[in-house]
Amino acid sequence: MRDCQNINKKHGSVIALGGNPNVGKSTLFNGLTGLRQHTGNWPGKTVATAYGYCSYDQKEYIVVDLPGCYSLAAHSAEEEVARDFIRSGQADAVIIVCDATCLERNLYLALQTMEITPNVVVCVNLMDEAEKKKIKPDLTAISEKLGVPVVGTTARGKKGLDALMRAAVQVIENPKPRGPLDIQYGGHDGDAAALVSAAEEICRGSITFGDRDYIKNDTKTDRFITGKWTAFPIMLLALLAVFWLTITGANYPSRLISSLLFWGEEKLLLFFMWLNAPDFLTEMLVLGIYRVLAWVVAVMLPPMAIFFPLFTLLEDVGFLPRVAFNLDKCFKKCRACGKQALTMCMGFGCNAAGVIGCRIIDSPRERLIAIITNNFVPCNGRFPTFIAIISMFFAGASAGSGAALPSAALLTCFIVLGVVTTLIVSNILSKTALKGVPSSFTLELPPYRRPQIGKVIIRSIFDRTLFVLGRAAAMAAPAGLVIWLMANTAVGGVTLLARCSGFLDPFANHLGLDGVILLAFILGFPANEIVIPIIIMAYMAEGSILELSSLSALKQLLTDNGWTWITAVSVMLFSLLHWPCSTTCLTIRKETQSLKWTLVSILVPTLAGIAVCFMFAAAAKVLT
Amino acid sequence: MRKTVLSKLIQGERAVVLDISGGMRERLNDLGLIKGTAVTCVRKSPLGDPVAYLIRGAVIALRSEDSSCVTVKI
Repeated sequence: MRDCQNINKKHGSVIALGGNPNVGKSTLFNGLTGLRQHTGNWPGKTVATAYGYCSYDQKEYIVVDLPGCYSLAAHSAEEEVARDFIRSGQADAVIIVCDATCLERNLYLALQTMEITPNVVVCVNLMDEAEKKKIKPDLTAISEKLGVPVVGTTARGKKGLDALMRAAVQVIENPKPRGPLDIQYGGHDGDAAALVSAAEEICRGSITFGDRDYIKNDTKTDRFITGKWTAFPIMLLALLAVFWLTITGANYPSRLISSLLFWGEEKLLLFFMWLNAPDFLTEMLVLGIYRVLAWVVAVMLPPMAIFFPLFTLLEDVGFLPRVAFNLDKCFKKCRACGKQALTMCMGFGCNAAGVIGCRIIDSPRERLIAIITNNFVPCNGRFPTFIAIISMFFAGASAGSGAALPSAALLTCFIVLGVVTTLIVSNILSKTALKGVPSSFTLELPPYRRPQIGKVIIRSIFDRTLFVLGRAAAMAAPAGLVIWLMANTAVGGVTLLARCSGFLDPFANHLGLDGVILLAFILGFPANEIVIPIIIMAYMAEGSILELSSLSALKQLLTDNGWTWITAVSVMLFSLLHWPCSTTCLTIRKETQSLKWTLVSILVPTLAGIAVCFMFAAAAKVLT
Repeated sequence: MRKTVLSKLIQGERAVVLDISGGMRERLNDLGLIKGTAVTCVRKSPLGDPVAYLIRGAVIALRSEDSSCVTVKI
């Protein structure tokens, strides 16, 4: 999947996929290209144009997936991307994907596209859902009225894709001038209204509705999910359940993987000894690079492999748009956009993804607020830190699975703290640097859909888990090397590590941390996952070497180095509130096109973290 | 027939759009909401705002500031 502004046409003709959000466009794209790309149940999942290849009848075609949009009028960044691509004439054919259950509204976009290019194929997707709801569109009649091919598909079941490609290829090979459409422009209601009326006219008599009450089932579910008294408890419970499952499920595999990898460490050491490799090289490679890598894999892989699929499941079902619906008023009070709740949720996976996701917010002011505050939700790289510290210091490392529930509850509290901070900071920004009133807001609540569990697991493991893990590992290896070098290079009898941490110590103490921890956060700039491994390595390099086979041994190491519950809370607070990782910073720079806002995005969470940690440490000193 | 604004609809009530004023018109047009479109108020969010409306088969949530710009008849 690559961003594309200009596509090399040498590889074949270009077919663009456009359509409203939530019509299964990305599923269709995956079906046509076989290329995995994440599809979600909220508007704006495809935030950049992506492309893949598809062969039909022994010819190669390039399929471009445009961001989902309701119109080509360019009210938002996504619409601009879609419109510019269609206008640029790069596409030899444009497939407009429509939702068979609300075809009338979807045809509006098709008509708008036909104003720009005649080479349009209308794909009526979700035919299975329409059938369930007893909606029967007469595709032949609609095709005659529109004057372009209309093909029915069920992208999830890969039905009708062949016919769709046939129609697209026909349009490419025999382009025809525009069909018999007759739209009465120039009415005093504007051109948009004229197009909507035209779409209405086309559908009139061409769609039969069996049972108009199909929406009732969703209404029942919504009564709970968005109910006055039930909405907030359900959201908290869902969060709690996700964390509980993650912590419980990750416990055993984490231990298994870590014992396996530490067994590997021993063997590796023996291997290097057998090779007669110089000591410094052995130590650098094994104790420096391998150990940090092993920690990152052992600690991160199991929770991620559970957390990502669970979260994707919530997306797939259609739960997340409801979260935005429930929380919008809070965001409106803070003069921000309710869709910020969605970008926040994306931030749970990865803050960089959350920042890109902010494109779904139309108002530039509100988009900036969402970008700056995205870092207040901990990404997946920071969860292992929370989970490890919580289970060591608060839920009892020795206790078995019974400790998972209090751990999950504490973690949920921290997330809620992150959300509250997001709201407070959004409000402050709205009154200072980014003054303004909340803009308009429209949010579609898609129907609840049965999740495709098998596909969700495969997709989230390959697309997200392995990707994030790979990135973390790529960062962990050099960081392990740097920390080992720092711990083993002495200047004037004191190691570089001790010098740096000693330098940071006085300031860090005011935050309830110590120099080593602060240094670990600084060195963890490339990836938050490596903060804890760096802390461990630094402590171990300075003192006794011990086996870190279990969390209780780890806790011993930390308490030997002066950790108390106050340190533990401070580390978690600082982990929640500090500068974004390097990838996120680069993404912010790219998205905002401004160095100033990138710096603001770094400073705001950092200052918030320093303030909160300082206050907490001061309060803790008074109390104890 | 009673003339009112979209934001005043109670849950389950159905109305037909008479006019859309303000800067939201284009956005709402894009969602298929024009003069003469039938709208049903589906449900309120837990804090009372926004409210979800059924517009041409899709459920769309609107804030009260925006839905009060839409004049409807019941």
